[in-house]
Amino acid sequence: MSSVALTLEGETINARASGALFWPARSVLCVSDLHLGRSERIAREGGHIIPPYENTDTLQRLEDEIRALSPATIICLGDSFDDLAATKSLTEIETDWITRLQAGCEWIWIEGNHDPAPLDLGGTHRETLRIGALTFRHIADGQTTGEISGHYHPKASIQTRSRTVSRACFLFDTSRLIMPAFGTYTGGMKTSKPPLSTMFGKDAQVVLTGKSARRFDLHPSKRSSKPAASRSG
Amino acid sequence: MNHLPPQIADWFTAKGWSPHPHQLDLLAQKDLPAQLLIAPTGGGKTLAGFLPTLTELTEQHTGLHTLYISPLKALAADIGRNLQTPIDEIGLNIRVEDRTGDTSATKKKRQRADPPHILLTTPESLALLLSYEDAPHIFKGLQRVIVDEIHALAESKRGDQLFLALSRLQTLCPNLRRVGLSATVDDPKAIAQLLAKNPDPCPILHADPGPKPFIRMLGTEVAPPWSGGGAKFSIEAVLDQVRNHRTTLIFHNTRAQAEIFFHNLWLQNHEALPIGIHHGSLSREQRERVESAMINGELRAIVCTGSLDLGIDWGDVDLVIQIGAPKNVKRLVQRIGRANHRYNTPSKALLVPANRFEVVECIAALDAVKENDLDGDPRGPGPLDVLCQHILIRACSGPFLADELYQEVKTCGAYTDLTRVDFDRCLDFTATGGYALRAYDQWKRLINRDGHWHLRDPRSTQRIRMNIGTIQDRDLLKVRLRGRGGRPLGEVEESFAAGLNQGDTFLIGGQIVAYEGLREMTVEVSRNAAKKPKIAVFGGTKFATSTKLSHRILRMFQQKAWSDLPAHTAAWLHLQRQVSQLPEPNRLLVETFPYDGNHHLCAYGFAGKNAQQTLGLLLTKRMEEAGLHPLGFVSTDYATLIWGLDPVTDPAPLFDPASLKDGLDGWLAGNAVMKRTFRTSATIAGLIERNLPSKRKTGRQATFSSDILYDTLHKYDPDHLMLDITHREAMKGLVDFNRIEEMLTRIDGRIDHVTLDRVSPLSAPMFLEIGKVPIHGSADEALLDRYEDAALQEAGIT
Repeated sequence: MSSVALTLEGETINARASGALFWPARSVLCVSDLHLGRSERIAREGGHIIPPYENTDTLQRLEDEIRALSPATIICLGDSFDDLAATKSLTEIETDWITRLQAGCEWIWIEGNHDPAPLDLGGTHRETLRIGALTFRHIADGQTTGEISGHYHPKASIQTRSRTVSRACFLFDTSRLIMPAFGTYTGGMKTSKPPLSTMFGKDAQVVLTGKSARRFDLHPSKRSSKPAASRSG
Repeated sequence: MNHLPPQIADWFTAKGWSPHPHQLDLLAQKDLPAQLLIAPTGGGKTLAGFLPTLTELTEQHTGLHTLYISPLKALAADIGRNLQTPIDEIGLNIRVEDRTGDTSATKKKRQRADPPHILLTTPESLALLLSYEDAPHIFKGLQRVIVDEIHALAESKRGDQLFLALSRLQTLCPNLRRVGLSATVDDPKAIAQLLAKNPDPCPILHADPGPKPFIRMLGTEVAPPWSGGGAKFSIEAVLDQVRNHRTTLIFHNTRAQAEIFFHNLWLQNHEALPIGIHHGSLSREQRERVESAMINGELRAIVCTGSLDLGIDWGDVDLVIQIGAPKNVKRLVQRIGRANHRYNTPSKALLVPANRFEVVECIAALDAVKENDLDGDPRGPGPLDVLCQHILIRACSGPFLADELYQEVKTCGAYTDLTRVDFDRCLDFTATGGYALRAYDQWKRLINRDGHWHLRDPRSTQRIRMNIGTIQDRDLLKVRLRGRGGRPLGEVEESFAAGLNQGDTFLIGGQIVAYEGLREMTVEVSRNAAKKPKIAVFGGTKFATSTKLSHRILRMFQQKAWSDLPAHTAAWLHLQRQVSQLPEPNRLLVETFPYDGNHHLCAYGFAGKNAQQTLGLLLTKRMEEAGLHPLGFVSTDYATLIWGLDPVTDPAPLFDPASLKDGLDGWLAGNAVMKRTFRTSATIAGLIERNLPSKRKTGRQATFSSDILYDTLHKYDPDHLMLDITHREAMKGLVDFNRIEEMLTRIDGRIDHVTLDRVSPLSAPMFLEIGKVPIHGSADEALLDRYEDAALQEAGIT
């Protein structure tokens, strides 16, 4: 299963195993929290020097998705860069790469808390974006329905018979969705910890990412020890 | 003949004592650049080390004279107290102070400006002192360095760090003389070589080893259980022994076992004998309380772990009880030495095997002690991760020349053969990260100006200093009673805390507590009156049985009958022989059986824990390829137990030597052991930070796992220094492939496959081993599939 189809405010969208979201009806591809330039920022601020390969890895995985789906619109849902200075740190190869990816499609940078100002790269810059019934913004505002956001890097743990499997996930109910981080150097926040644990009701579901996309109830009903699972698309 | 100055000689006379010969010998040779003293515990080792210092300090000396280094903070404090008495009684004007992680900031600052004559410290605190720009001032006038319990330090990277620090000290103080104090070891020459500045000679002095210890297995009415490590069955007999002795130390191999035993001991301690507990996971307050009660003679027994192993003077201990197999003969002998500080009376020790396999191990260990057959493995060349940290520490103290530092490092025994290429790679790593992709040009950590290496940003000294050290606390979380200012109880591993649900009860500090929740980075608990904890243990260090002991055991199995073993254990081995068979030296026994819904395979290679671990990784990899969905494995010194979703019907092809060897290279890349090794080395080398100046970052999503760094490096920069270090560390530490080859040659294809319908007697203890390694391969997907299927069926959907 490379993706799971789910419904948000009546719109069918695909939560993909890669951590990207695809909306076929509008040909929109959305990725969140790329955190490009992370290693550069850490080196600049702290002096420890981690492997500078996350931009290559993140862009390669993004390119794979774009090739597979040929979207008309690409939305980067904020925190695309680890900070504003990090945008300047991209090598020529990397900026060229982004330009190549932007060719032939509409590219929208949503502002994040790490990258709140316009970027020196092609594409449009927006604080929020509304397309049909859906609203795209970096941090969930807790009110808007049909909202797709990022920021929290949700990670869910599923207790299987033998062990707990933890993976980055999409966290959602029928009106809102929080995306996993797409960037290579990103960690996760457990869905069981606040504020994630309090943002959704009992009907919240997750789609785990990784080798495959799989949907689970976040709060399996107490009576059956096995939560209801379903397989889709 | 006698080099004692009159006032010290008079003090001995007044006390009615006479110095031991080895104390005088060491004093007579005090001007040698290096000396190593091997003496049993209680042999006056520490005084021997300090006599030359006291002698020289009968004359005026300004500044620091002697640096004393011990592996334990508590030991440094203890020595301070013990040294003050003779100093006062002899009437010397000497200032003695300790400096450890526990010393207050004000005192530390004062010590740097005005050092005492004798400074007692640990390797980490010494490294920190050397990182200051005023290090030359602090150590001005330093004459001697005493390394206590050097045998313990020499076994680990703490020793490598210490000897690197000594090489730096020697440059600051060219006349520095070194003395090492060691317990009985198998290879004193190896330690001497580490201690001395290469190529200085280092004569070895041997103290009289004293009378042979009195040591036997504790007989109990009840037989030890088939498996488990709690030794609950022995509580009555142990309490009897406590009653009949003044003070008893009850050693355990793991913290978890100590906790469980202590809990059970108190359930049966009806006369409320004062018994305390002491181990490394308890809070400092708790430990200090037990330590002072011990020194004041208020305790009849202490349940403890290795944290009490070293030479602290615990007063009147007259019995040592070892619960669980000692795993290592050398350590056993050193523990036995804890009993009876009177040099001329034999130490008294009792071994209590916790299960029947350990009965066999205990008997083998007793034989080895009798034959004085100590075990030990050579450590190999100095590790490069520690060198990387040393370079950073050196940079904190001021600019340096690469050539000079290289020459200085080569004076360390462990780094004598360090090549310039390796040194330069380490230097490049600390300066730029050493990546094939030349990034960070403007953010280099070290820059070269006029031939000298400098820190680019002087503010980075703070971060470097905060991360000094080579001890890897696996992410530990503090445990606190809930409520404002709740009392700290100790620490548990993060992975243990992660598995807790609200209301789960577990043991810590001898009491049962219930998990309430995780707040910030603290585990909050409440007191709970439950009789039995729901979750039995939290992790802890597990010792590996030494190679020599393993081979002794294998030989013992070949006997027709076992007259020297207790009847119950002999019966167990007979049972194993009856339902399966006993492992033989030149054959490989492989058992397969179902248990708890999974299929199991147990291979008795007797190749030692590390090699069995590697075998586990290679076998699970081959099983993965064969579509058998392995879930995980656990290894001991004698066997590897693998469980998975599908049965192994023909194990022979799995053990094909050529395929196993082929598997090694592919395997080395992506497994959990390599990632664990990487995390340790990367932290020591300064690639990952353990401590950040501003506590933990807010929001856990800001941090990401070191596994991601490992995977990224492996994908984009496979020749990077850190991967090279990880490979070297794993090959000598966790991989040990040579011993697998030795085992394969020994068995030469003779594999005995026994299929059973349930757990075999010999494999039963394996199920309680900690250190299980999960395999995150296709089984995760298969588990999620089967989980979904089960859920669908339950929901009536098919």
